[in-house]
Amino acid sequence: MNDRVARLRKESLEAIPSISTERAELITEFYQKAGTVSAPMRRALAFKHLMENKTICINEGELIVGERGPAPKATPTYPELCCHSLQDLDILNSREKIPFAVSPEARAVYEEKIIPFWQGKSMRDLIFAEMAPEWKAAYKSGIFTEFMEQRAPGHTVLDDKIYQKGFLDFKEDIKKSMESLDFLNDSDAYNKMEELKAMDICADAIIRFAERHGEKAQELAQAEQDPIRKGELEKIAEICLRVPAHPPQTFWEALQAYWFVHLGVITELNTWDAFNPGRLDQHLYPFYKKGLADGTLTHESAEELLQCFWVKFNNQPAPPKVGVTAEESGTYTDFANINTGGLRADGSDGVNDVTYLVLDVIDEMVLLQPSSNIQLSKKNPDRFLKRACKIIRKGWGQPSIFNADTVVEELLRQGKSIEDARNGGTSGCVETGAFGKESYILTGYLNLVKILEVTLNNGLDPRTGEKIGLETGDPVGFSSFADLMAAFRRQLKHFVDIKIKGNNIIERMYAAYMPAPFLSIIIDDCIAKGKDYNDGGARYNTNYIQGVGLGSLTDAVSAIKFHVFDEHNLTMAELLAALRDNFSGHEKTRRLLLNKTPKFGNDDDYADDVMMDLFNAFHDEVSGRKNTKGGRYYINLLPTTCHVYFGSVTGATPDGRKAWQPLSEGISPVQGADRHGPTAVIKSAAKMDHARTGGTLLNQKFTPQVLEGEEGIDNLAHLVRSYFKLGGHHIQFNVVDAATLKAAQSNPEQYRDLIVRVAGYSDYFCDLSKALQDEIIARTEHKSF
Amino acid sequence: MFWPDRCIGCDECLQVCSSGAISSRELDSKCTLCGNCIPVCHAGARELVGRQVAVSDLMREIEKDIVFYDQSGGGVTFSGGEPLMQADFLLAMLKKCGEKEIHAAVDTTGYATAETVRKISPYTDLFLYDLKLINDEDHRKFTGVSNKPILENLLFLASINHNINVRIPIIPGINNSEENISAIGEFISSLKVVKEINILPYHKTGAEKYSRLKKVYLLPELDPPAAGEIEVIAARLKAYGLKIKVGG
Repeated sequence: MNDRVARLRKESLEAIPSISTERAELITEFYQKAGTVSAPMRRALAFKHLMENKTICINEGELIVGERGPAPKATPTYPELCCHSLQDLDILNSREKIPFAVSPEARAVYEEKIIPFWQGKSMRDLIFAEMAPEWKAAYKSGIFTEFMEQRAPGHTVLDDKIYQKGFLDFKEDIKKSMESLDFLNDSDAYNKMEELKAMDICADAIIRFAERHGEKAQELAQAEQDPIRKGELEKIAEICLRVPAHPPQTFWEALQAYWFVHLGVITELNTWDAFNPGRLDQHLYPFYKKGLADGTLTHESAEELLQCFWVKFNNQPAPPKVGVTAEESGTYTDFANINTGGLRADGSDGVNDVTYLVLDVIDEMVLLQPSSNIQLSKKNPDRFLKRACKIIRKGWGQPSIFNADTVVEELLRQGKSIEDARNGGTSGCVETGAFGKESYILTGYLNLVKILEVTLNNGLDPRTGEKIGLETGDPVGFSSFADLMAAFRRQLKHFVDIKIKGNNIIERMYAAYMPAPFLSIIIDDCIAKGKDYNDGGARYNTNYIQGVGLGSLTDAVSAIKFHVFDEHNLTMAELLAALRDNFSGHEKTRRLLLNKTPKFGNDDDYADDVMMDLFNAFHDEVSGRKNTKGGRYYINLLPTTCHVYFGSVTGATPDGRKAWQPLSEGISPVQGADRHGPTAVIKSAAKMDHARTGGTLLNQKFTPQVLEGEEGIDNLAHLVRSYFKLGGHHIQFNVVDAATLKAAQSNPEQYRDLIVRVAGYSDYFCDLSKALQDEIIARTEHKSF
Repeated sequence: MFWPDRCIGCDECLQVCSSGAISSRELDSKCTLCGNCIPVCHAGARELVGRQVAVSDLMREIEKDIVFYDQSGGGVTFSGGEPLMQADFLLAMLKKCGEKEIHAAVDTTGYATAETVRKISPYTDLFLYDLKLINDEDHRKFTGVSNKPILENLLFLASINHNINVRIPIIPGINNSEENISAIGEFISSLKVVKEINILPYHKTGAEKYSRLKKVYLLPELDPPAAGEIEVIAARLKAYGLKIKVGG
């Protein structure tokens, strides 16, 4: 990277996340004066107020301009959604993980202006007030989390429309939709008109926001002494005065147009999964080709612009989270996850020159944000996969790899058109979506293991002693494994019912109070329907419940089936006593459960059949249920950091896991339970029907030696292709460093699945002698500085 | 086999040992491999190395990984110990693999009767063939047997144009002399059919297993060869026009 990019990158990495009260002050000021208008109009006028008054920030040397806050990593708050208390601010300022600096001035603004106005009136307050006692009990117990208690529904990704149309064109579309309203026969015509008027105001507001950047750039250009920078600023001014009002004509304009749209979405509301340009290589390719042809762009200048674009993402940490939301998603990453590769709408190979350019940028920038993935179809060339593998080998976890063909199958199965499916991809962690056309809301994590715990305690949460579930019977009286499964299914239904009842209320509350007219402009078919994104305006409206701990659940149920019902090594009463005592005084039993039980992740049909029963139970309970927006529910299997939180509220489990320890993550096997290598993990993981989910997450961990040389890359590529042949949705790799190996040495139970390259072969790290481990640790250390 | 670091000291194994070979959480030479201690050891500290397996069971295990063979162009390698010591079983397995069109390699020292090699060679897709020492006297000294059948079997396989990769373990002080390497190079190049030579630098990974099995490891002090030395050996073999790979 050149000096400019290196400096911007360094500044981004060194910037300290802080709380900016500017947005909170502007929104409060607006709401204090807001008259009687419809909800979409109120939100549109609030958006306009923000866009017209927020600080315009153009950083020294940058080519892509615009920040969400007044400076990089100065992070706004959204008091209309979640009004932080002074105590929250103090926690944010002082907590060890994911802190945000809160200045005394910011604290004072909150104390004097923000809290007095919003206390008791934020969405968070309203939501908790509406939830039923059984919802609150389950939430408190850690059965599920609630995604919309601090952040707005988002979970959507843009398609290519802003590269074809400017916001002036969208205004035309809005006008046409208004003109077609039927006030004679459509009882909803007034509501649609209000929504469309709101969208029109938002379109003007984003154009004005861009113009303000143009004006600022002109000012800076006039004062600039350096002729080169002066020229750049003049160019920036010209671009900001053109896009996004008009469709972009160059590579640079395309990136800047997207960035203004991005800032609009994440300023309007604090939508989950930030926002995301999606299939960036597809969108940019026409501009790249044109620029090279007419001489306005070179490979180098395109790369520099992309690198500057990357820095902009890294400047925007996820808005500050507190409470359970911080537990389930404890990260600065805001899940903008750029897709490369995949298929074109006509089903042909989507890999192009920009694909490799984007991979180069990922490789060089090494930034956590934006996150990146490749969409790998059987039609994509191996060199594309191998290029990605070479980045993965460097060990910082990007890009992750998705099976584009399975993603298309998942979307088709949910009823999308073939073109919309092929233009889709994945976002957030692993979530499948029809980009630009779908609202796919993650509503909360579901603690599958805790539901088993409640089943084994006949409806009680043993941690609190509270009755939160159904009385499905004392398990000591279960005469067969089928009895256990039936009880589990009833308990599961009970909690899914509670969760979805709550979701239905929260969904309506967002539709009523927090429409998103700006976001609605750019997601089909909100304009055509005259309906808001948060009210079913999107072409597809999908809801997800994300299951957590499938590996832990499988091993726990497999242990009961094997030891209690099949082999009679233990009675149910003995097992329950051991769990109650957290295995204290039952170490032999714990070892039996840990070491002599068929476990998920070993290509062992005994355990994997149990997994499939449980997967099907979860799937059948959730999939196909209706939401309030005309769409349906489906399942996802991903955890973010929730497996740690859910583990911390779940007692000892029949797989030998002690109380409060993390659960398994994604669809990965329990940490250390997979002892037959990565091919066996892949075989086990592929046995569930990925096409019936909206995303699954599989983590694999290797030491750098395993992936050395061309052979290492070939082997990794073969592993990925094999998993995808079997229908797997996603896989990601950890390539671990010496620090992890040392941790593995002192804590081997947690690292049983860690594979190391020894000499001409691979072995489990924990099975090696201390001396050999030391030698491998030393070797790895030579590779990191 | 005993893994002392896994033992939780429950002493269940002491109760069931049929030969009194277990005392104070150890294992001694009186062990008759009755296996009684394995199921009672919940900690997994006791393990029987090796097991009896039927052709159909092993085949089922092999077929589990067909997707990986198909993707990578791989297959099964029968290794050991010395697989030719179980020639009938090996032959049955190779035939089954042939029926299922699974690529089958045999990793062998070549120390077997000519008849055995002739019997299995039609069903073997690739031989991974060890060569350690060309000088028979040295071979007798370090391995306890003559290399005559080994070289003859290799000549036979070459004469029928079989697929062969030769593997040379490099053990410092035993077979890494310039003379031996040159002799191996000359011999292999004269065969004209060997596809690839794998140089396998000596490593000490087995030492730990010897101690778990209560066996004496004969080369406790020997260190693996330096990378530079391996390069020199690779270059020397390359000079005979052979394709060389370190590891594999």
